[in-house]
Amino acid sequence: MASTDIKVDSPSPNKVVDKNELLKKRKERNIKIGKWVMPIIVFMITIYLWYWTVQVNNIPHYILPDPFLVVTTLIQDIQILLSALQVTIQITLMALAVAVVGGVGLAILFTQSKFFEISFFPYAVILQVTPIISIAPLIFIYVDNRTVGLLLCAWIVAFFPILSNTTLGLNSVDHNLKDLFKIYGANRWQKLLHLQIPSALPYFLGGLRIAGGLALIGAVVAEYVAGTGGIGSGLAYTILEAGYRLNIPRMFAALLLIAGTGVFIFAILSFLSHLLLHKWHESALQKEN
Amino acid sequence: MNNDSRPLLLELKKVGKTFSEDIVALRDMDLKIHSGDFISLLGPSGCGKSTALRIISGLTEPTVGEVDWKVSHGSGAIGVVFQEATLLPWTTVEKNVWLPFRLQNKSFKEKKDEVERSLELVGLKDFTKSYPRELSGGMKMRVSIARALVTDPKVILMDEPFAALDEITRFKLNNDLLALRETLGCTIIFVTHSVFESVFLSDRIAVMAARPGRVIQELGVDEPYPRGESFRTSSSYGVICRNTSEALKLAMEN
Ligand SMILES: Nc1ncnc2c1ncn2[C@@H]1O[C@H](COP(=O)(O)OP(=O)(O)O)[C@@H](O)[C@H]1O
Ligand SMILES: [Mg+2]
Repeated sequence: MASTDIKVDSPSPNKVVDKNELLKKRKERNIKIGKWVMPIIVFMITIYLWYWTVQVNNIPHYILPDPFLVVTTLIQDIQILLSALQVTIQITLMALAVAVVGGVGLAILFTQSKFFEISFFPYAVILQVTPIISIAPLIFIYVDNRTVGLLLCAWIVAFFPILSNTTLGLNSVDHNLKDLFKIYGANRWQKLLHLQIPSALPYFLGGLRIAGGLALIGAVVAEYVAGTGGIGSGLAYTILEAGYRLNIPRMFAALLLIAGTGVFIFAILSFLSHLLLHKWHESALQKEN
Repeated sequence: MNNDSRPLLLELKKVGKTFSEDIVALRDMDLKIHSGDFISLLGPSGCGKSTALRIISGLTEPTVGEVDWKVSHGSGAIGVVFQEATLLPWTTVEKNVWLPFRLQNKSFKEKKDEVERSLELVGLKDFTKSYPRELSGGMKMRVSIARALVTDPKVILMDEPFAALDEITRFKLNNDLLALRETLGCTIIFVTHSVFESVFLSDRIAVMAARPGRVIQELGVDEPYPRGESFRTSSSYGVICRNTSEALKLAMEN
């Protein structure tokens, strides 16, 4: 009892120790560090278990290569892999760009004419819910140019989240702000430019992050369907071909690159989102705290 | 105060608004606004105060009757302040205040002086580059007022602007709003459901009744401006508040 009294009466209030707050702070710090450390530990354990399993069971490398062989293969075949990666990334980025232009453009058309929206939105949904793997073979029958076919497939998968998110964003403008613009006599164009588009930006960026991953999936899936390789084939074809030759280490190496690309795209788009929103948007605000 | 010596600015003539058969928001509402008036619309919620403001601002057409403006009123002739500050969150305080001019296609450079003056009037000249989310509720409301002032409007419409703020902030903003009005001589139509606020601020109170919404009584507040904290504690303030409360009670029984 006596000691608590002394603490409360202590002249420098900063020295007063609150156990609960201290505990809370420590927990927060642990989570902050753990966010980085824990996944690395899990990664190292997984790699070790993988290596150990292969060694102990004497698994041949054409069934399951050990992690070091995968890395060695990655380095050895880097020329082939990188040129394939380049093709995949090109298709992905082009599809994403067309998805942005198409998705945002269509969303803007939708908000300009409700009639247009109710006429066409159902078809956008149908396009979205039909699995790309079932449309792709048809596309490659009708489209001669392989790149265009791949692009089309990746675009179909990627554009919907951008369209639906941007449409939602353009329509969810604060109604008081809308009134304000009307009172000041803003025209349709000013309303779009100064009110609807900035309001929709966080929604659009959310859609873009999803679309980035989907574009990669679309590009890879389409290439599996397209099959035939030759010059200008991407990572999916590399995996297919390596599979035929039972070159399992190369399959793993290509897989590693695809996964890495996906993570990279997500990280870049998240960073872009942070860059554009951190000054004003709540989502970015919460992340900082 | 002698309202008749001021020129008539606008007049609501037998204004009615019917949203549907059973929702008659306003019926036969008459109201005269003189240049320089500070008039409060006081009434229970749902009595059509906001609808009246929307009709004056041109956001809503009256079903019957008319709003008769005695002066020309183009873009920027009306300033509005809502219950929420209603700022553009993605841009700075000064760009928010510039908005009315921006919608008139006037550049920020061209209007920088007006924007700065307006922000200075509400006491925010040190926050021009801040983003709305960095400000407190009261400061956001000040930005909103600065934006309403910036075009030097003929009339400022305020729809329960301080209702969401704490009492201390509200008193402070009440005082500052009166000081602003002393400086600028602006015309204000102020919607509130607080008797105290309406008495403290306005020189005329239109007490409204609901179903259908209409002005049931107009009360003059014959107290000279400037009014400060001393008015809030004076006996005449108490008397006027009591009278107004009684009028409001009558309106609600009606
Ligand atoms: N757009 C609208 N459609 C239908 N009814 C409305 C609409 N706006 C207001 N009302 C109705 O009109 C009446 C008056 O509303 P309002 O002017 O907002 O009252 P107040 O601002 O005094 O609280 C209410 O009964 C409300 O439900
Ligand atoms: Mg209201």
